[in-house]
Amino acid sequence: MVEVQFRFRSDEAVNDPAVTVDAFAEQTNATAVRVEPGDDAHALLPHLDRLRLIEVNFPAWTDGRGYSSARILREAGFGGEIRAVGDVVIDMLSHLKRCGFDAFAPDKPLNPADAEAAFKRWDNVYQATADGRQPIWALRHQG
Amino acid sequence: MYKYDQYDQQMVDTRVAEFRDQVRRRIDGELTEDQFRPLRLQNGLYLQLHAYMLRVAVPYGTLNSTQMAMLGDIADKYDRGYGHFTTRQNIQYNWIKLEDTPDILADLASVEMHAIQTSGNCIRNISSDQYAGAASDEVIDPRPYAELLRQWSSFHPEFLTLPRKFKIAVIASDTDRAAMRLHDIGIQMVRNPNPENGAGEIGARFYVGGGMGRTPMIGPMIRAFVPLDQLITYSEACLRVYNRHGRRDNKYKARIKILVHELGKDEYTRQVEEEFQHLLDQGIEPPLAELERIGQYFADPAWETGLSDELDLSDPDFRLWAERNCHAHKQAGYVIATVSLKPVGGIPGDATADQIRLMARIAKDYSFDELRVTHAQNIVFPHLRKADLYAVWRMLDEAGLGTANLDTVGDIIACPGLDYCSLANARSIPIAQKISERFGSPAKQAEIGELKLKISGCINACGHHHAGHIGILGVDRKGVENYQLLLGGCEGADTSLGQITGPGFDEDGIVDAVEKATEVYLANKQGEERFLDTYRRIGMAPFKEAIYG
Amino acid sequence: MKILTGNDLKTGAVTWWTGVGWSLDVNDSADVGEHGAAIIAREEGARNVFAAYVIDGEKTAEGVRPAHIKDRIRALGPTVRPDLTLKPADPEAVNWVI
Repeated sequence: MVEVQFRFRSDEAVNDPAVTVDAFAEQTNATAVRVEPGDDAHALLPHLDRLRLIEVNFPAWTDGRGYSSARILREAGFGGEIRAVGDVVIDMLSHLKRCGFDAFAPDKPLNPADAEAAFKRWDNVYQATADGRQPIWALRHQG
Repeated sequence: MYKYDQYDQQMVDTRVAEFRDQVRRRIDGELTEDQFRPLRLQNGLYLQLHAYMLRVAVPYGTLNSTQMAMLGDIADKYDRGYGHFTTRQNIQYNWIKLEDTPDILADLASVEMHAIQTSGNCIRNISSDQYAGAASDEVIDPRPYAELLRQWSSFHPEFLTLPRKFKIAVIASDTDRAAMRLHDIGIQMVRNPNPENGAGEIGARFYVGGGMGRTPMIGPMIRAFVPLDQLITYSEACLRVYNRHGRRDNKYKARIKILVHELGKDEYTRQVEEEFQHLLDQGIEPPLAELERIGQYFADPAWETGLSDELDLSDPDFRLWAERNCHAHKQAGYVIATVSLKPVGGIPGDATADQIRLMARIAKDYSFDELRVTHAQNIVFPHLRKADLYAVWRMLDEAGLGTANLDTVGDIIACPGLDYCSLANARSIPIAQKISERFGSPAKQAEIGELKLKISGCINACGHHHAGHIGILGVDRKGVENYQLLLGGCEGADTSLGQITGPGFDEDGIVDAVEKATEVYLANKQGEERFLDTYRRIGMAPFKEAIYG
Repeated sequence: MKILTGNDLKTGAVTWWTGVGWSLDVNDSADVGEHGAAIIAREEGARNVFAAYVIDGEKTAEGVRPAHIKDRIRALGPTVRPDLTLKPADPEAVNWVI
């Protein structure tokens, strides 16, 4: 298993083996699942309460379907770990985090200094997403 | 005009820092070209035939004189003294060095400009009506909505790696001057047509799945009215369905028009509506107060009232230009003037640094500090006093910018083609030059009247050949440039796609074929018909016969 | 002959492999024979060049002529701006492209 390089959660690490979305439907005891780009994240929504970890795979970082998957899961209230795995690159990190990813296990470990800079890059953001950050339009009209 | 606040400025400054870091990592070897390419593209940096090319965004085609002057200065400082205005209201520079790019972006940021998302598989610069805020036929100025969408689409974390590029246009009049229905999303601001539910309030009509390229499609309407306080939410639903289901197996079938076509308009709409209902509860919509804040920047300038509408047209050259290149303004005593970047024999859309700075000065002195870039690759002064028009034209004319040919056969849209573009199959610019020379006489242009001629150097259709009354498509026939002729295309309220006449031509043959097409028009024209009207009435056959017979 | 072309990483300029290094002049091109892929791998790896590829060319009396018009335009410059080509003083240079 590829190592988790960055994790933004304080709960205990989850190392449960992740099954495919198809297998998950059959296995009532599975607590971790892996979502591929073509999978429909909605299929998991009835079972979120028994999931601790959802891995979202990026076979190529330029295929952005996993961003929508993560947001769909967070918008449905999933509070467990959403881990980006596969071809995860420095320049995706802050955008992944904005879409609800809170753990990152890149195939190739990333330069820690570059990654830290990337996570801290954007002081403010234009959109409301599931990460709970106040978008710029909210800051403009608060109070 | 919109002005950045501290947040907007911080966003572009951060982007400059991010790209500076990406360039460093590329030059240091941390990034391979394959890894770097998508990153540089999202900053408008291409590799073209001769060098890097940088495309700078002109959001909804509006800019002030300081910004325009900076575009001229960049052309001198970092390029070879000129820039090329594009069919998406942007400007591109053809001779850029990678190591200079972060500094160019910093110079742009200093005047509230950027190159964010001017390329790549993301939401591109949002285009609009070049007469916005000045034309009398709009229901409202569309630009505040375009600016709201600009901010929403900038660095939208979910939509930076879409199946393919994504272009949005926002207009607010039935006279569509932005080819709205040939965009991935075309938005027309309208008054609510439903009398039971707030009739008369402003909202957005959504057309989705239009586009040019190798499979041109006219976007169908999917929603007649989206209330203003749901505009972003509805857009987000349109994009999410596309991001999840747009084809990624074939680059040539990855645009949203293919998804809408394959699913069918009704099924795509159903999925969008379902996603929309879900997203309504997610709190992603900016408050209406934000639209009001943005809208204040687009308030009318301080017009002078009581101005005369009289124009002294005693100079015949001026008269020609004033009648051809000017459009009625909503305010008495003012006029909208278009500067043609299509001199006879010139390169469509190119302007020198000096010309760019001159237009900036004129805008500052005479047009309330505003200019527009048009998708037809021209520049507009939106608010000129009629009393100043002659003086302005004299300045333009002395600088080679006084050509009187708006919307005529000389006002050709042409992509850079094989002279600059690495995707092109044939050169576009020499064809445009030859046609503009063939039809160079003002009398000939006046006789033919409105005729929109558009040339693309490959099937990607950056030169909008599908939408030309006369379109020309350059192809590669066994290593030799060859040109196909299309007739009957049109953008605007009555959008239609051109049809290919038949076998292609060589460089001189295509110019002859265009001339024959105009002869058929002149011989068959009834009353005030334009070329397009005559074509639509008599059909392809007489043209084919004249061209190939 | 097989010739090798690419772009300089920092400037983007079109360059041609001479057998020992890179030149802006297509006429300096060496015949790379079957070695193109290996040279590309080495030179791109060293970040001397990027977007490199091998093309067919012909040695003529006037110099090296790439087989395809696209590469001849790359070699010379934009045909519509002779002043910006590698041969700004030669009005006939554009005819070499076509």
